[in-house]
Amino acid sequence: MSIFGPLWLSVQLAFATTVILVLVGTPVAWWLSQTRTRWKPVVQAVVAMPIVLPPTVLGFYLLILLGPDGAIGSWWVQLTGSALTFSFTGLVIASCIYSLPFAVQPIQNAFESLPKHYLERAWTLGASRLDAFFSVAVPLSLRGFVSGIVLSFAHTLGEFGVVLMVGGNIPGETRVISIAIYDHVESLNYTAAHQMSLLLVGFAFAVLATMFVINRRWSER
Amino acid sequence: MIRLRHKLTKGDFTLDVDIEVPDVGITGVFGESGSGKTSLLRCIAGLEREQGLPVHKRNVGYVFQDPGLFPHLSVRGNIEYGERRATTHRVDGKLVVDMLGIGGMLDRKPASLSGGEAQRVAIAAALMRSPDLVLMDEPLASLDRKRRDELLPYFDRLHEELSVPVIYVSHDIEEISRLCDHLVLLDAGKVVASGRLVDVLSRVDMPVLSGRNAGVVIWASPVDHEDGLTKFDFGDGDIWAPGSFPMSGVPLRLRVAASDVSISRDQPTSTTILNILRASVEEVHAVDAATALVRMGVGNQSLLARVTNRSVQRLELKAGDRVFAQVKSVTVRH
Repeated sequence: MSIFGPLWLSVQLAFATTVILVLVGTPVAWWLSQTRTRWKPVVQAVVAMPIVLPPTVLGFYLLILLGPDGAIGSWWVQLTGSALTFSFTGLVIASCIYSLPFAVQPIQNAFESLPKHYLERAWTLGASRLDAFFSVAVPLSLRGFVSGIVLSFAHTLGEFGVVLMVGGNIPGETRVISIAIYDHVESLNYTAAHQMSLLLVGFAFAVLATMFVINRRWSER
Repeated sequence: MIRLRHKLTKGDFTLDVDIEVPDVGITGVFGESGSGKTSLLRCIAGLEREQGLPVHKRNVGYVFQDPGLFPHLSVRGNIEYGERRATTHRVDGKLVVDMLGIGGMLDRKPASLSGGEAQRVAIAAALMRSPDLVLMDEPLASLDRKRRDELLPYFDRLHEELSVPVIYVSHDIEEISRLCDHLVLLDAGKVVASGRLVDVLSRVDMPVLSGRNAGVVIWASPVDHEDGLTKFDFGDGDIWAPGSFPMSGVPLRLRVAASDVSISRDQPTSTTILNILRASVEEVHAVDAATALVRMGVGNQSLLARVTNRSVQRLELKAGDRVFAQVKSVTVRH
């Protein structure tokens, strides 16, 4: 069996999750950075929960929620005829929730450190709220976006507990690299475990080093 | 005329303004800090939560105290930001760039500009959206004296070459005296006076215009040079001031602070003071226990003098008296 199959699946999962998280997490981060509601800490706590919750707890509830009898799962079965659990789509949904804080928090921090007068200037120069968001807030928060993208990608890549609970171990569908490594170790196939693990170590290092290099370039500018 | 009508309550502060200001020239808004100057500008721009059009549809240019240029855009990008979003294009971009002297820095990033340069770019950006009204919130306050003096001539040009009305907020009466044509005095969120600059400045009953801030502006043309001094003719008399000013026939602004004017019943003969003008007392107003402001007429011009109440009593000063005003110093603006 190729070591690249599970890696490729992991990369696909991380990529899909990251794209969705940027699209969903950005409005959440913006709302959190601008709101004055007293409910903000509550929303922040909900978003941050996956950081503290054991992946098994998160995976357990997701299994119930996404399962054929669960609130989302049953609706999905009606819609598509197939179950969400033990499927790639189910994994993407689970990963999005699992990695949500890793995308939202850096982007929110970047938005919050944006001096308010930039936006006010943009409005007085004729930009609508949405226009000012895309032409001023986003370009000035690129560091936050890079951190959010790298962290949610890397975090999804290293996901284990949630995948095990929700996705199981179906080759080509849910058998991501961390699961494959676990399998190989279980069956005492240390050579394959080494190959995959070293691949992940190298990958993680490359991604993080790239992020720090980019950050340094930006702070020098 | 432009109608300004705004109400805003923030904690225990209330802004309540309903005035008309001219739709040409620069209108100064003067008041102490906390008087609501900035709040008024923010209301006009729509930056305070208030009913009405959203900010981007109001077509006002806003120059903030901090230039706040967008760091991710070049100077050119910053200037074009408002131009691209403008609904009308009445302003000649080349003229604005030339007028503010920023042609040489178009490809630079805002981070490489000095405070004064950045503020000039911010003014250009505000003008390029072809606003109906430009709001300036202490645009010189973040600069040191030297930069401020560098920037002032650009405001004079703005005044001469553009027809867009400007509302200029400042807590520096010198700045206001130099730049503005019309003056609005704000005190605790209320307008206490509004009118031509020269008229408002010659009022003696305005607490915000007492003390250091008391003084008048006189328009006068340089007509002669002698001993390093320039003679200014203001129609009803003349005033000598140090320095050499070109006799171009263009009237300049002279600011005469009330603390630099004293009053004598008799014509002073042996004195170091160069300018002694025949004047008639128009109004005497006690400012506090010790001091009073005296307004005098010199022909059609007004002069203010800050004197002690004791001197007022000793000289028995009252409206209608013929006196001599001794002007110790004059600041020439331009």
